[in-house]
Amino acid sequence: MSIEINREACAGCGACSEACPGSLLLLDEKGKAAIPKPERCWGCVSCVKECPARAIEFFLGADMGGRGGRMSVRREASMLHWDIRKPGGGLKTITVDSGDANKY
Amino acid sequence: MLKLQVKRLSTDFLIIGGGTAGAYAALTFCEHSDKRVLIAEKANIKRSGCLAAGVNALNAYIVPGKTPQDYVDYARGDAHSIVRGDLLLTMAEGLNRVTHKLEELGLTILKNPDGSYAARGNRNLKINGENIKPILAGAVSKEPQISVLNRVSVFEYIVRENRICGAYAVGVDEPSLYVISAKAVLCAAGGAAGLYKPNNPGFSRHKMWYPPFNTGAACAMGIRAGAEMTTLEMRFIALRCKDTIAPTGTLAQGVGAKQINSLGEVYEQKYGVTTSQRLYGTVVENLEGRGPCYLRTAGISRQQDEDLQKAYLNMAPSQTLRWIESGGPPSEQNVEIEGTEPYITGGHTASGYWVDANRETTIRGLFAAGDAAGGCPQKYVTGAFVEGEIAAKAALKYLGDELTDPGDGADSVKALLEARLDAAADSDEIDRLEEEMQSIMDEYAGGISRHYRYSEESLKTAEEKIRALTDRVNLTKARDTRGLVYILELTERLILCRALIAHLLARKETRWRGFAENTDYPDTSEDFLKYVNSRFNPHTDEFEIIFRDLVAEGEIYEH
Ligand SMILES: Cc1cc2nc3c(=O)[nH]c(=O)nc-3n(C[C@H](O)[C@H](O)[C@H](O)COP(=O)(O)OP(=O)(O)OC[C@H]3O[C@@H](n4cnc5c(N)ncnc54)[C@H](O)[C@@H]3O)c2cc1C
Ligand code: SF4
Ligand code: SF4
Repeated sequence: MSIEINREACAGCGACSEACPGSLLLLDEKGKAAIPKPERCWGCVSCVKECPARAIEFFLGADMGGRGGRMSVRREASMLHWDIRKPGGGLKTITVDSGDANKY
Repeated sequence: MLKLQVKRLSTDFLIIGGGTAGAYAALTFCEHSDKRVLIAEKANIKRSGCLAAGVNALNAYIVPGKTPQDYVDYARGDAHSIVRGDLLLTMAEGLNRVTHKLEELGLTILKNPDGSYAARGNRNLKINGENIKPILAGAVSKEPQISVLNRVSVFEYIVRENRICGAYAVGVDEPSLYVISAKAVLCAAGGAAGLYKPNNPGFSRHKMWYPPFNTGAACAMGIRAGAEMTTLEMRFIALRCKDTIAPTGTLAQGVGAKQINSLGEVYEQKYGVTTSQRLYGTVVENLEGRGPCYLRTAGISRQQDEDLQKAYLNMAPSQTLRWIESGGPPSEQNVEIEGTEPYITGGHTASGYWVDANRETTIRGLFAAGDAAGGCPQKYVTGAFVEGEIAAKAALKYLGDELTDPGDGADSVKALLEARLDAAADSDEIDRLEEEMQSIMDEYAGGISRHYRYSEESLKTAEEKIRALTDRVNLTKARDTRGLVYILELTERLILCRALIAHLLARKETRWRGFAENTDYPDTSEDFLKYVNSRFNPHTDEFEIIFRDLVAEGEIYEH
């Protein structure tokens, strides 16, 4: 379980690094986000939610049965649009409104 | 050699850990006083601690028709009597008050058409908990009295004549040693994960239930300072979705999924339904060849599938990703469950600081709340808020006018830390040592691979090995302050492991089937209807065990 940073897309704003509850992210000498110890990631996706450039994707490690899917989030006011790229191709988007409580 | 810069700060009320209890305590303090508050937080309060990913429900609320006493009775039953009645009752009495406050701050809570909260079962409220931490952090940042020091890891109290006068902290990203003087201190740095080998020991080793960043600093600092600790032997082991370690309550309570074995038999009634018995049943079904075990979700509707996917995105997104990438939604596939490695957390069980009704520890002026505080299980998010509130009010009453001089210990602390910094250090060594500790605890102190079982013999072996490992860890060096923080964290875990072993040894019975299986004493004993408490003696390097009589609600306990 961890995250992957797309260095091309990263704008170097540092928002991800501020949000990480494990202080795992930093900006490297080129001003791009990096995660020196990806195996320390808890998988809370705080950084994914913070990134304005959608440069961070979340995945499940193969050792825990991950199959290569990737997840990222777009935020729009109170809406969170979760984009999930499926391993064999195809995208599924789930939108959750923070104003709606869980049904369960 | 890398040098640390000493930075001296002072405040009226120092809060260690800006998580659930800490942030709420800061807000409460400001409502009642215009004195200064300093939150020292290891990460950034915006998304730190247990609430980072979001939570699925408010697990502790007094629903219409129930009373705080009902909550106490429930928690006492679930903990097989080892609870502090006084702490549980004062916590339960505040649950609804803090819930309303959270709603005012912006938390979404599901309502009935008549405007009342929609309950889930007997004690829970349905919410959208994805943004609960940013909501709290936002409220904190609006208070000019509160200063927040993010990215500093607190590692030691400053105590003089058993009275707290501050704490030492180290910068996570910059080489600074903070010497913080305070008139009162609240420890709200959470419980401990990472003592035992986790479910996924490889690359995904931090995919655990409890935050791997709550490393037991809260308890370790207290232990080293001689504070009395309670009930550490009541470990918490969660029953979770396999691999993703996502919560199961939403499946069990939300869509009524029952625990079944591989033969499709519902087994939960066979073993009892307390939290530890549910786990125990799952362990036994597996041991007797009827595993793996599942939550029976197959057959739920497509609509329920979608609602579950959304609910998990709000608290454990990995489970939603799992469902989608595997192409097996819960309506088609039962969800496999497993027990996690043991954690120390006073929010679920009764382990932590031994406190009085004001949540003051046995060190004067040092308070504890949330997962760090013992005696009061099943407090969860709202109970952590209440304890933060109680502690903040008590701290305010306690505050003297004068700061106690923190003394001149800073120089030697600085020298000790600097001696651990070495630009040529191997930055992976600490990970290997951590893994070694987790293996020792797993094999000899009742981890997953031992089905949570241990004996006096195995515990003594664990103690010996942990001591030897501590000696090696004391020689390790770090390249930078981040590495230094990792060393300090491992040192915290090691002393907490030793305290835990001492507690497991002292309770010569098996009270919580599943959570702590003592193979030498497999039955519950009336003689152990008491608290196992401990105090570390730094001179002998041993733990002194103190047995204390149970305290009921209505009784006043004083240190
Ligand atoms: C994954 C998960 C899901 C949960 N879901 C629910 C739920 O749905 N409903 C519910 O009611 N309860 C839930 N709980 C329980 C509840 O969230 C916790 O009991 C509660 O949040 C604990 O609050 P706390 O303040 O003690 O700890 P935390 O909120 O974790 O705060 C501890 C803080 O201390 C900081 N810290 C740690 N070490 C140091 C140090 N050395 N120096 C400085 N700062 C430090 C941490 O970064 C953190 O900010 C859940 C818990 C977890 C882990
Ligand atoms: S997912 Fe969470 S723990 Fe992992 S890097 Fe992002 S913020 Fe940090
Ligand atoms: S939040 Fe996104 S854009 Fe900003 S530094 Fe992190 S990865 Fe780069």
